[in-house]
Amino acid sequence: MSARVGQQITPNLIAEHGLTKEEYDLILEIMGREPSLTELGIFSVMWSEHCSYKSSRVHLKKLPTKAPWVIQGPGENAGVIDIGDGQAAVFKMESHNHPSFIEPYQGAATGVGGIMRDVFTMGARPIANLNALRFGAPDDPKTRHLVSGVVAGIGGYGNCMGVPTVGGEVNFHPSYNGNILVNAMTVGLADADNIFYSAAAGVGNPVIYVGAKTGRDGIHGATMASAEFNEDSEEKRPTVQVGDPFTEKLLLEACLELMATDAIVAIQDMGAAGLTSSSVEMSSKGGLGLELDLDKVPVREPGMTAYEIMLSESQERMLMVLKPEGRDKARAIFEKWELDFAEIGVLTDTGRLVLKKNGKVEADMPVAPLVEKAPLYHRPWSPTPPQPIITARDVKAPQDLMAVLKKLVGCPDLASKRWVYEQYDHLVMGHTVQRPGGDAAVVLVPGPHGRPISQKALAMTSDCTPRYCQADPKTGGAQAVAESWRNLTAVGARPLAVTDNMNFGNPQRPEIMGQFALAIDGMAEACLALDYPVVSGNVSLYNETNGKGILPTPTIGGVGVIADVRKSPKIAFRNAGEAIYLIGETAGWLGCSIFLREIEGREEGAPPPVDLAAERRNGDFVRRLIEAEKATAVHDVSDGGTLVAVAEMAMASGIGAALQARPKESPDHAFWFGEDQARYVLTVRADEGEALEAAAKAAGVPLRYLGRTGGSDLTLAGAGAISVAELKAAHEAFFPRLMGAAK
Amino acid sequence: MKTAIIVFPGSNREKDAEAALTEITGKPPVMVWHRDSELPKVDLVVVPGGFSYGDYLRCGAIAAHSPVLREVKARSEKGMAVLGICNGFQIICEAGLLPGVLMPNAGLKFVCRNVNLRVETSQSLFTSRYEKGQILSVPVAHHDGNYTADEKTLDELESRDQIAFRYCGPDGTIGGSDGDPLWNPNGSARSIAGVFNRTKNVMGLMPHPENAIRELLGSTDGRGLFQAMAEALAA
Repeated sequence: MSARVGQQITPNLIAEHGLTKEEYDLILEIMGREPSLTELGIFSVMWSEHCSYKSSRVHLKKLPTKAPWVIQGPGENAGVIDIGDGQAAVFKMESHNHPSFIEPYQGAATGVGGIMRDVFTMGARPIANLNALRFGAPDDPKTRHLVSGVVAGIGGYGNCMGVPTVGGEVNFHPSYNGNILVNAMTVGLADADNIFYSAAAGVGNPVIYVGAKTGRDGIHGATMASAEFNEDSEEKRPTVQVGDPFTEKLLLEACLELMATDAIVAIQDMGAAGLTSSSVEMSSKGGLGLELDLDKVPVREPGMTAYEIMLSESQERMLMVLKPEGRDKARAIFEKWELDFAEIGVLTDTGRLVLKKNGKVEADMPVAPLVEKAPLYHRPWSPTPPQPIITARDVKAPQDLMAVLKKLVGCPDLASKRWVYEQYDHLVMGHTVQRPGGDAAVVLVPGPHGRPISQKALAMTSDCTPRYCQADPKTGGAQAVAESWRNLTAVGARPLAVTDNMNFGNPQRPEIMGQFALAIDGMAEACLALDYPVVSGNVSLYNETNGKGILPTPTIGGVGVIADVRKSPKIAFRNAGEAIYLIGETAGWLGCSIFLREIEGREEGAPPPVDLAAERRNGDFVRRLIEAEKATAVHDVSDGGTLVAVAEMAMASGIGAALQARPKESPDHAFWFGEDQARYVLTVRADEGEALEAAAKAAGVPLRYLGRTGGSDLTLAGAGAISVAELKAAHEAFFPRLMGAAK
Repeated sequence: MKTAIIVFPGSNREKDAEAALTEITGKPPVMVWHRDSELPKVDLVVVPGGFSYGDYLRCGAIAAHSPVLREVKARSEKGMAVLGICNGFQIICEAGLLPGVLMPNAGLKFVCRNVNLRVETSQSLFTSRYEKGQILSVPVAHHDGNYTADEKTLDELESRDQIAFRYCGPDGTIGGSDGDPLWNPNGSARSIAGVFNRTKNVMGLMPHPENAIRELLGSTDGRGLFQAMAEALAA
């Protein structure tokens, strides 16, 4: 960006700010005159895709956002749900895709920092982080460098903050070669009656800036995040912010200390579009005006212009409106934590944002239209053409099932992520019950002084199967929600709500917009059917490089509550000699399966259908079993199908299993590797098998006896055996081998 | 037993230590902010884990020069017990309460996982509840846990029974001094995970016994450490 003070507003400059001619005409109409450069910059970021959701808003409205336990749905810094006992879970997921591709360490680190700020702005202490990462092909020359930088950046920030990183996803696909996805989620804990919001109130109340100083980093990050990549993108490195987790840790402690008093009227973190979006959002939500003296903003270097101060995306900053009498108390707290504390302005009744610098008015613009008149596009969209259904007969039957299994558990998407999560402190705070590697992370709910007060725990997971979304966005959207719900169910949690992180290509292409619209339709249906509303989210569009989009990736972050964590099962077989059952119906769906891709090299076909009634029935049945302490181990069946699920349970425990032959009517590869939905593998004590079968019958839940746990091999009648140790070696090999040469 | 936990800007396992002490000894510790002018009269000071001052310089280097640490050092020389965990271990090494220094992990990456620790002596107020040779499962979570000292110091530590814990295999096997990566997560010299000062009233260790106090969370092997201190320091 080549913006200079006093510069003429030329068509070129308007285009450089990512504004169309029509949008600029609207600015002229709102202003009644030509805007100053600072005003143009403010319009540009407020109306960027990233801040205004101009392409996505019409579709996002279709998502269900309400339930009796929802305290705050979308529209605030994070969603808030009631988890009982006067406590609330506050959570959101957000992307930092573009910066992480350009500068992986800082991009990922500041993504983690930003999402934690969103959560503690609401008055919650972050208690867990998750990350959904999607990289290009493992053999793409950039992949290792990106994996290495992103993982180190996430660890570098989260570890220093002392918030455990407890779960997430890591996938690889060539469609992400030029545009990786880094989706970071934070879950926080607050008192349900002490949530903080961003709507400013009280004319004359002081506007306070706290945290780190403002520098020239990240100027126009939001605009960058709203454009496609091309060969020049790496020149945009200066638009990536630099993270300082130590300052954020101080900011967290200072904010929470202040929030325990009654000094704060409103608070908003400075994330994308920095001081601009925080001041506009606070004043517009409160229906007030705001006058800021930019000379009072703490800056890192002299000579910064109003334009730079307003558009900087320097990290670790907050804007607050205080009660006048709370000022001194607040100042003392921030001084204790050695953070900047500056009174930079005042709330007014003018409804205008007035910015002064060196005694000169740099901007004087109405607040409401910045938000209300932001462009809203009903972009044309076209549906994804239906893909053919692939039956077992269309796919070659494998000769050696155990060799296939070994290959699958070692393939990039199914391989152990140990190399990744051991670089994250997943234990700090001392509440992590289910560490990375299970169906969902499980974290004890802490009380005062860090000690759990009951057996209550939160379960959390992030899920999406982008290859399903590519083939059929509606089914894929529904599947992502259903899998999330299933993963929480598998640890015995009652799923409560989700946050969504919509990662798509260029919305100006009808086929991309079609993916978006249909994925939302599928998600909305699933959320409604499963009583699993959306309470927060983030949209990241323009994830393409040189006109080629990523697989559509609507990542779902789910949160549920477990009443008694002692009953929460793990995926590991608990004992030898137990009965293994498959819950749910198996048609043997191979379209879009990992088997088809990894073994046959085919990425095609319709994805497995999602039957939400079956999903609910089967899941509720499994949850009841867990509550009655009947299930000794539970695992959801997803990527790779039933045999992979059984193998994962064996690898997690070191206990083998002897499985019966498949049913005659279903070919081996379809039965064992098909990815039909709404299924779980679980174990019960051998003497409880009959009771389970009766209960399933009574509940109308399809159930099939698979075999028995025991020994050190996984054996399949008529198909041979493989040792659990051999499977495990294959499972653990991929990441160290990939990253071995990376520094 | 009266305990104080020193909280630096950037400490992040102080609440974990607080929870463990409160739960196991029944006596909540006093939390002391690093700038508080006075260190209360206590039997034990815990310097907790975290990233004091961001660890932007050498880990623990800035905290080691804080006034409160000078006071901790002075009192430790008169016999007060001091426990440094992880960043706390780095800090008290930097402050000269213990010999040696913690260098970046041999693998140059942060490492978080459960490790096996072999108890090297039960002759201390910290380890009296363990048997010599007992194997504990306790997590580590650090980037700079590679314990390093010159050969003479290492020999002395061994000959004076000043080594508290070593990283080991499930059967107690010790990796080589340059670190079997399987058992020694950070390349520490002679697989050392924790050491005492000469008078054994100061101990530092990289692993986190405060995160090994609940069966649900994977291990209760850390409880013995807190029980031992409570017994030895019972007023």
